Amino acid sequence: MSKEIVIDPITRIEGHAKVTIHLADDGTVQEARFHVEIFRGFEKFCEGRPFYEMPSITSRICGICPVSHLLASAKACDDMLSVSIPRTATQLRRLMHMGQIIQSHALSFFHLSSPDILLGMDADPSKRNIFGLIDKYPDLARQGIRLRRFGQVIIESLSSKRIHSSSWLLPGGISTPLSRDKAQRLLAQMPEALDITLKTTEMFKKSLPKLMPEVEDFGNFPSYYMGLVTPDGGLEHYDGKIRIVDPKGKIVSDYLDPSRYTEYIGEATESWSYMKFPYYKPLGYPDGAYRVGPLARLNIVSHCGTPLADEELKEFKKLGKNGIVQSSFLYHYARLVELLFCIERTKELLEDSEIFENDIQSKASFNRREGVGVLEAPRGTLFHHYKANGEGIITGVNLIIATAHNNLAFNKAVTQVARRYVDGHRLNEGMLNRVEVMVRALDPCLSCSTHMWRNMPLSIVLHDSRGNVLDKIRR
Amino acid sequence: MSQKTVRLVIDGKEVHAAEDETILKVALENEIDIPTMCYLEGLSGLGGCRLCLVEAKGMSKLFPACTTPVSNGMEITTNSERLLKHRKKVIELLLSERTHICSVCVANGSCELQEMATRFGVDHVPVVRRWTGFELDMSHERFVIDRNRCILCTRCIRVCDEIEGVHTLDLKMRGKDAQVIMDLDEPWASSYSCTSCSKCSAVCPVGAIYIKGKSLAETKNRALPEFVFERRKR
Repeated sequence: MSKEIVIDPITRIEGHAKVTIHLADDGTVQEARFHVEIFRGFEKFCEGRPFYEMPSITSRICGICPVSHLLASAKACDDMLSVSIPRTATQLRRLMHMGQIIQSHALSFFHLSSPDILLGMDADPSKRNIFGLIDKYPDLARQGIRLRRFGQVIIESLSSKRIHSSSWLLPGGISTPLSRDKAQRLLAQMPEALDITLKTTEMFKKSLPKLMPEVEDFGNFPSYYMGLVTPDGGLEHYDGKIRIVDPKGKIVSDYLDPSRYTEYIGEATESWSYMKFPYYKPLGYPDGAYRVGPLARLNIVSHCGTPLADEELKEFKKLGKNGIVQSSFLYHYARLVELLFCIERTKELLEDSEIFENDIQSKASFNRREGVGVLEAPRGTLFHHYKANGEGIITGVNLIIATAHNNLAFNKAVTQVARRYVDGHRLNEGMLNRVEVMVRALDPCLSCSTHMWRNMPLSIVLHDSRGNVLDKIRR
Repeated sequence: MSQKTVRLVIDGKEVHAAEDETILKVALENEIDIPTMCYLEGLSGLGGCRLCLVEAKGMSKLFPACTTPVSNGMEITTNSERLLKHRKKVIELLLSERTHICSVCVANGSCELQEMATRFGVDHVPVVRRWTGFELDMSHERFVIDRNRCILCTRCIRVCDEIEGVHTLDLKMRGKDAQVIMDLDEPWASSYSCTSCSKCSAVCPVGAIYIKGKSLAETKNRALPEFVFERRKR
């Protein structure tokens, strides 16, 4: 008799989700689905509000990456004002974004995923968390917390707030410049941040031989990759053009205008998830599945643009063929390479004397009824697209969030892990944790992707072929 | 004819006042603090928000200090458990009546409703919120009116009528459905009488009327009550 296993809720992720594992009559895994069950409705309730409120409203989509939403929204508003913002404002926005990526990647790696990597997939679930990590590896846990803090302090130095800095970011620029004192204080913290990242990267690389089963089986499949790149094909997080690369590393579309994303990205829906399924239009749905985020970004670029990150990128690319790393488990490694890049870029930005200028905002009235803001959030490409009436009142909103781009990949990845590790005749915690580890590697932010409103968690349920629930594990 | 002076007690303090003065005015003159919201020095009193209610000895009902004249021998209490409870409830009801979300409001940090909510310890709204969906009027070149944030204090209507002297603004409908309108309920840009003087935005205690593209912190004129008062004296 075929069955369905449900993991509900999935823990240590940002948002609320469950996985269902469908079993064939012989007990083998047929398919697994990643369900996002919560609806938030930001795209709807923003209608009727003035366009300049959008950064404040949409940054509330997420408490982990509010800066990414703020910046994408501010860029969409810049577009509606039809202005180019002053270079100082651009550089300071970039600096804040670096802080955002540092704190988010540190959170994902140290707080959420490192307990699986360091304490083991089968460790006692009551200890397999940040507190267990503090017990066994106090120095590493402390370093993780300090690295995240460094990212948050960058954000705070610019806007006076670590989360929801909406009053600092304005359509057309920013509200206050950075003082030299604060820049000096940040520079003084750079060596420690760099040291922590280098040590952690070394530690991860040393653990890799032990983790090869995970590298082989955790979301290791060919897919397309998408992200922003600099004009010379380097790593870009704030601006740039869209590049799409095929599973063999061939660039299939390059320098696409992000604001014309509707020409090449479609969005499908499924009745069993509130998260949409974006796809690359020329390939159709579901064949046009692609991945975004740290792994995809490193797969599509030729270089990072900073010395240490470039060296590490070469090492990273050796793990794949033609420079394309397929295993979703290596999102963790990609995050560490990006951490290195962000720390080096932060230093470059802080040493740029132009960031202390007072020319920080371009003033203009509402000029254009449509605006698109695109950037690379920690988890991947983020699109904010607004339409407004002639007075600047929002009439339509479309948000494509990083996690949603990876939706098709999530389903493929959890199916692969379930097929490898789940035995339909008998469930155990370690088996199910591997499914969760897969989900954590892709680092979904479900509150973002559905623009949703509840507390986290994830669960696993076992169904037979007639849809009857046979077993359920929930934490 | 000389004005008659009366003697009264406010919070145990014996004070003297002219008989046509309000309890609020006398209290302010004697540095006794009474919270207000719809009241603005220089404009006529309304007694609408009920935040300045005070107790009078021997009377069971409460009196709005901004519109109640003093009388000889009155014994007024401006601060009691009953009044604090009452004022907190007033703020809770004001917050529940429309759509007040501080985090995305232009008035955040400069809002009198927010200030009062903090003062009276309103950390949540225990009644069901209405979450109104009134359409914004952004038709005017300089100003925006968001009726979802309006607390119906009518300061804007009174300043337009009594100081600017044009009476562009008024109220339509009643109770919870009441809304500030321009002329005969037209889009602001179509108003013939509006002089675009910006006094309405300057006296708005919340983020209901504001200057486009500016936060209230940037535009709030703290000296405004004095300005209104001086204009009225002339």
